[in-house]
Amino acid sequence: MDARRVTRAVPRVRQVGFFTPNAPPEQPGPVRSQSGPPNSNSPPLSGSPASNSLSPVMIPPPRHLSDNLGARTGAVPVPGRANAGDHATVGSYNPADSVLGLESPPPTRIGDGESSEETESSLGWYRRNNPAKFASSFPGGGFDLSPVKQPEIVSGVEAKNQPPEKNEVQKGQASSSKPSKAKTTKAERRALQESQRAAKAASKAEANKSGGGAASSKTVKQPSQKKDAPPVASSVATSERIGVDRPAEKERKKDVPPPRMQFDDESRVGKAKRRSVLNQTEARNSIELFRHLPPHKNGTQLPYLESKFFELHDKHPAVYKVGLQYLTGDLSGGNARCIAMLQAFQEAIRDYSTPPEKTLIRDLTSKIGGFVSFLIECRPLSMSMGNAIRFLKSRIAKLPPILSESEAKAALCSDIDRFINEKIVLADKVIVRHAATKIRDGDVLLTYGSSCVVEMILLYAHELGKQFRVVVVDSRPMLEGKKLLRRLVAKGLSCTYTHLNAISYIMHEVTRVLLGASSILSNGTVYSRVGTASVAMVAYAYRVPVLICCEAYKFHERVQLDSICFNELGDPDAIAKVPGRVDVNYLDNLSDKQKENLKLLNLKYDATPSDYISMIVTDYGMIPPTSVPVIVREYRKEYLLI
Amino acid sequence: MDFQVVVLAGGTSKNLTPLVSKEVPKPLLPVANRPVLYYVLHQLEQSNLKDLIVVVEGKDAALLVGGWISGTFVDRLHVEIAAVPEDIGSAGAIRAISHHLTANDILVVSGDLVSDVPPGAVAANHRRHDAVVTAMLCSVPISGPSESGSSGGKDKTKKPGRYNIIGLDPGKQFLLHIATGAEIEKDTRLQKRILRAVGEMEIRSDLMDAHMYAFKRSVLQEVLDRKDTLQSLKQDVLPYLVRSQLKSEALSNRIPRAEENGNEKVSSQNNQVMVSQILANASTPSFHDLCSVSHDGSAPIRKTHKCCAYIASSSSYCARLNSIQAFMDINRDVTGEADHLLSSISDHNNIVGPSTKLGTKTTVGPHCMLGEGSEMGDKCQVKRSVIGRHCRIGSHVKVVNSVVMNHVTIGDGCIIQGSVICSNVQLQERVVLKDCQVGAGFVVTAGSEYKGESLARKEK
Repeated sequence: MDARRVTRAVPRVRQVGFFTPNAPPEQPGPVRSQSGPPNSNSPPLSGSPASNSLSPVMIPPPRHLSDNLGARTGAVPVPGRANAGDHATVGSYNPADSVLGLESPPPTRIGDGESSEETESSLGWYRRNNPAKFASSFPGGGFDLSPVKQPEIVSGVEAKNQPPEKNEVQKGQASSSKPSKAKTTKAERRALQESQRAAKAASKAEANKSGGGAASSKTVKQPSQKKDAPPVASSVATSERIGVDRPAEKERKKDVPPPRMQFDDESRVGKAKRRSVLNQTEARNSIELFRHLPPHKNGTQLPYLESKFFELHDKHPAVYKVGLQYLTGDLSGGNARCIAMLQAFQEAIRDYSTPPEKTLIRDLTSKIGGFVSFLIECRPLSMSMGNAIRFLKSRIAKLPPILSESEAKAALCSDIDRFINEKIVLADKVIVRHAATKIRDGDVLLTYGSSCVVEMILLYAHELGKQFRVVVVDSRPMLEGKKLLRRLVAKGLSCTYTHLNAISYIMHEVTRVLLGASSILSNGTVYSRVGTASVAMVAYAYRVPVLICCEAYKFHERVQLDSICFNELGDPDAIAKVPGRVDVNYLDNLSDKQKENLKLLNLKYDATPSDYISMIVTDYGMIPPTSVPVIVREYRKEYLLI
Repeated sequence: MDFQVVVLAGGTSKNLTPLVSKEVPKPLLPVANRPVLYYVLHQLEQSNLKDLIVVVEGKDAALLVGGWISGTFVDRLHVEIAAVPEDIGSAGAIRAISHHLTANDILVVSGDLVSDVPPGAVAANHRRHDAVVTAMLCSVPISGPSESGSSGGKDKTKKPGRYNIIGLDPGKQFLLHIATGAEIEKDTRLQKRILRAVGEMEIRSDLMDAHMYAFKRSVLQEVLDRKDTLQSLKQDVLPYLVRSQLKSEALSNRIPRAEENGNEKVSSQNNQVMVSQILANASTPSFHDLCSVSHDGSAPIRKTHKCCAYIASSSSYCARLNSIQAFMDINRDVTGEADHLLSSISDHNNIVGPSTKLGTKTTVGPHCMLGEGSEMGDKCQVKRSVIGRHCRIGSHVKVVNSVVMNHVTIGDGCIIQGSVICSNVQLQERVVLKDCQVGAGFVVTAGSEYKGESLARKEK
């Protein structure tokens, strides 16, 4: 267990990649300068074994199951660190934790929820890690751990009630004081937080100037979450937190997909409201923990968007249509959405003509940007679509200026075609070939939901004449499995259909699990339809190999440890209704007061930890989940150079 | 958005005599002192649709309508007026202007529609489903004056037969059956094939076809070319398309796409198939798709097309001015419950023109409208009525539930209930009218009483 947890932390360390271990002058960089009094931080930092032991050129983290390599990675952080890392991952992965989070607002979760089952030091670590997920992936990782190992600096609770100036002076202490005050009551903490929030707002400018971000992130968790992200993000170029003044790395900037909105940040939501096409609904009546996610839009937004049909000239009809299809859920599935989007862009580019006194490259880029933000308003983009957009934008940016308009348009259209053909269609074919070799006669294959690659694999294997049986596992409210089932049965495969509830019963007879993915992240986490993680977990418990089939264009360099910070909310009413059962309407006629007490949560995705995955079948071959960063690195280089 | 808008304004409709005449064709019939066409054009203008084709029956009427449009929407709208011969029906009108139509989709709106349903909603629905035709359905308006139970005697006989039978799929997205107007007198036949394909059909009679359609141009033109007998969009073309949706003969749906593919590499044909397969699998198949695909899942064996319905929400207002009763109702609603269609409304729920002169002890109730320049004598009562411009109304006149158009002279002591009085009518003293229609320029002699009659000048 421990060994595994540590390896999962390794890719995060890997992202550091850009600093040398023996160069403290570089290391302080943006982070150190902001991280408060050096006297409290530098000793652990310089002594931080993590930074010393890391080599500048990082090798892709080895497969955790291979013992000798696993031992080596285990050795990378010295025992002390490994210990802390362990706690950290417990903190952010612990299923119990997320369950607690569902039930209670964050402050409580952090307070008594954790303290009941974890040591105080881990609590402290976790709290800092939570506000800034990426904190651990840059040099500050060493620093972040420091207060954990120095509980003796703990100062009194009253440090927290100090005015902000004092807070800044005492950052270190205040932060490390946190663990000791875990026993305060909820009301007290609430009051504390309120006062801090007010104080923070008052001294915001000052805090910004002195870069109090990192420090205040320790004292004030929720409100500062967004504000302290920027300094962190600026040092981690790959991060996608909301970019406020990003350093002027132009190339980088283009590569970075549009930043994500945090929908509990009122000022930003307000800004977005003003420029958005749809009128954003309030994130009311949603679970506290998931309030930062974009609220679900269908139903309320469709009539509005429809009535605006003729007013949105700047949106090409094809783009508009795709947006509507996203919004209504007519079109779902990662590949299909991506293809539909690219084809719409292709049509828009065909009909495009450069307005006078503008250059094609700039104007088209902004135009595509407008389309993308429209699509995002309709439904949040999947990571694969982000990759495709990034590809398209880089192609536009790299167009030679000597090309005439028609040539440029033709080039872009053929580029899009090539992307669809090579990255999706051919990739699927290759994956199908690869995966079919893993299917033997007499196999019982289990799949979950409806993945188009998995379907192709099954059909191909069937065509090859292999004798196997398919178990289609499905879940409410999407019931996508039914569609897949219908097509499979039509082709003459023998299938079993069951729901996720029965997964542990059906898993006995299964010999392989084939799953699709919406995205695979560079720590090997598979981001996929909600429920996938449970399937993978049960399969793991039953020692059934789990094969994830996913095209390489869906790989993403982001690291995600849970399915909370990025996810998508579905229609909350969908889970309260049972299709075809009008009599099951226990939630229908609630009074307003009762409705206030009821919060529905319909998450669309979840994150499957890499432990549960035996193999990823991708167009570059079959790889262990630990090799994802290699693909991400190589692949990105390639498609930017196409 | 690649839509062309055709407004079928109509000409001198027979249903509406004696209200319409050569001088006042149907599109210019005043509803709350604005020509009825204004409501459609305003709605389109609000939706940012500025290029319109307005089709008018009859050359003279076209001139009148053209003059009014250019005067009202000076340069806010770019309108082409097309005059078509009378009595060729709405399908014939589209046939006549067919060569003007170039966009992918056509929005056909009837000029007598008074509605606040955004046309964009219909168009968006059409686009989303990639349909051949999308029809807007709205709930049947409550007919007849709500207070006084007596409605126009003439219309009473007509009303019972005037409803529609509309079949929808369970998702209320597709039109499965439509039968309108007179057809219902006979028994209605449902198509077994459609019913079998869908499995479940919802039959409704509380919806009516609002005559706002989005058509796919290529299909519409092809259908009109091939079937010369089709007369009206509502009664012939739409039912035809709905009937044939599972065995589409006329459709060239796939042809434009095939051309596009032809321009590209032939070698990628195989990939294209796969891409379309992926896209098809991702979306929820409608019964059209299921029906068109043979059971082994190979290539489509039957061509289908989709006929969609857009059902206006119950809160929106939607009515067609196609009978005298409807004219009264719309006048009442526009000044009353649907007053948001008019831009200005005063505190008292009535609109009194700026230069109106009211005598002493004259009361104007709520939901009334008085045009500018009208003069009223003493002790008059106006309730739920619309009075046009430059009318001269004497003392002791009672106007209830009525429409009085422009330049009408009403003598002292007249009582007008539930009537329509057209322009330039002269009512002499102590005339009592109940549920009457008085044609333009008519003179009602003093002291006469009429009930449920239609008075008009004899044609010279």
